[in-house]
Amino acid sequence: MKAIVCVKQVPDTSGKVAVNENGTLDRASMATITNPDDLAAVEAALRLKDQTGCEVVVVTMGPPPAEGMLRELIARGADRAVLVSGREFGGSDTFATSQILAAAINKIGVEKGDVVFCGRQAIDGDTAQVGPQIAEKLHLPQITYVADVKVEDGVVTAKRMLEDGFMMIQAETPCLLTCVKELNEPRYMSVGGIFECYSKPMDVFDYNALKDDPLIEVDTIGLKGSPTNVFKSFTPPQKGAGTMLEGDDVAAQMAGILAAKHLI
Amino acid sequence: MAYDCTDTAAFKGVWVFCEQREGKLMPTDFELISEARKLADELGCELSGLLLGENVEGIAKELGGYGADKVLVCDSPLLKDYTTDAYTKVICDVIHEYKPEVFLIGATNIGRDLGPRCAARLHTGLTADATHLDIDTAKYMDFLRTSSTIDVDSQKFDMEDRNLKMTRPAFGGHLMATIICPRFRPQMSTVRPGVMKKSAFDAAKAEACQIVKPAFELTEADCKTKVLSIEKAAKKMVDLIGADVVVSVGRGISKDPQAGIKLAEELAAELGGVVGASRAVVDSGWISSDHQVGQTGKTVHPKIYVALGISGAIQHVAGMQDSEMIIAVNKNDMAPIFGVADYGICGDLFKVVPQLIASIKAAKAAE
Repeated sequence: MKAIVCVKQVPDTSGKVAVNENGTLDRASMATITNPDDLAAVEAALRLKDQTGCEVVVVTMGPPPAEGMLRELIARGADRAVLVSGREFGGSDTFATSQILAAAINKIGVEKGDVVFCGRQAIDGDTAQVGPQIAEKLHLPQITYVADVKVEDGVVTAKRMLEDGFMMIQAETPCLLTCVKELNEPRYMSVGGIFECYSKPMDVFDYNALKDDPLIEVDTIGLKGSPTNVFKSFTPPQKGAGTMLEGDDVAAQMAGILAAKHLI
Repeated sequence: MAYDCTDTAAFKGVWVFCEQREGKLMPTDFELISEARKLADELGCELSGLLLGENVEGIAKELGGYGADKVLVCDSPLLKDYTTDAYTKVICDVIHEYKPEVFLIGATNIGRDLGPRCAARLHTGLTADATHLDIDTAKYMDFLRTSSTIDVDSQKFDMEDRNLKMTRPAFGGHLMATIICPRFRPQMSTVRPGVMKKSAFDAAKAEACQIVKPAFELTEADCKTKVLSIEKAAKKMVDLIGADVVVSVGRGISKDPQAGIKLAEELAAELGGVVGASRAVVDSGWISSDHQVGQTGKTVHPKIYVALGISGAIQHVAGMQDSEMIIAVNKNDMAPIFGVADYGICGDLFKVVPQLIASIKAAKAAE
């Protein structure tokens, strides 16, 4: 039994965001963090490990520096990590990304009893697509927006959030869950974990490592294999500054404007 | 004829997935049908709704009143409640048969579960949470003129281009991206609820709407997940998206959060609106997350949006900038919220709001 967790390193969009002149994101100048929903997925996997002693494998696709994030996740308690990295994978949209990650998960191996955890969505793209698309390509049942989860005797019972309530859903393992932040409070790295994080295994899957998987074709990965293209990207214009109301009677002025426009 | 997702010429028509919960259509369905009507007119093709459920034929015709020429109804006890597997199978099978050119899905929690699963099975692209859609290039250029900093007239555009141009916010609203899916069909997008405007209901069109019942196969063995129960939230959720007036509170209420929220409630009641909140207020646990406005919350465009003690982080602005009138109250005269506000009041909300409530009462009495 094992828990496989898909994680993404993202620019911290809550801080200052730098935009290049051509309208793309200036990633080099921004701090990177582990995607917040993914940390909930990691914590869910670590709790499953606490409960069952299962192995926790963290997987990311990204450039080589993403290794630092994976080492941090080992320091939190993951047993091993896989970095999926290669020039051929660059420019992938969600379809192509899920194709590659599904191939990587196939190589790690998914068996009865296993659970694949993903975050609901990443803060840079906000698409929430890669998790369900991996599930489709691996022919796994999926439960998204998971806010509570229990795994017993190879059966997953999850609370799936809706806008106006929730559903309780059951699925047999292996299955894939996408987790929301409300699921748990992620633990910190432990001192022992930090000491050990460089002695635990870290595999790098490049194009050659994955190319024999039928999911990996020239026309299903990378920029060429991506069904969607960015046609234009742009920054929204700053709205012209409005009127600052001044004086002792600002409230009366505002009420007067609302009355004049027949809004009250 | 075999299904080939790259044979773009074989795909015709605009489709909207019409989500129902407990046998009731969702407000998003009407917004999407209204918007898709324009796209179908630009393409010169039919607009169809796709409705899955149990005994749902009776609610289908209403979609015609907002512009659907047809509604494809797939009825089965196995489709009563949403499950990923059953809905994906039926939708993909029907798409294989009918080959629509455009397929839109509301970006609800269910739509965002269904969309990617369908797109992966159909081998096509999917744009997430679109906020603007165009077919016609001239209309797209007009959109860029008003909504971007691009110098549109200095750039070359293919005026014959008939691809769907799907625009969405990215990086928490810092950037906008227009996505296309030129090589595969259908062109799919989930669409953010609350953004597209619902057209006026036309009873004659609803009556004329044609119901089609496609053949499909579905057995219990196709559903790998089981719905044990569906629970409604204990308290009534606030209807931010449908509100004419939203009075939102931000970190500025932190010295006395409960009193700040109470003031917002009083002002909202006076203006006939509801209370919203910034992410900071929700994350601090002062108010429930159904009140959250912004990129990770809801997108609203009320007639009046009042921002109380909200600094105006771009994630928040992304969710309210299209409001017809924005009024901001903030202690800091440099707060970015004043950059999007139509009227700004620099001051302490705990002092300003009671005065505002009193002045509005007085103005109403004077009418």
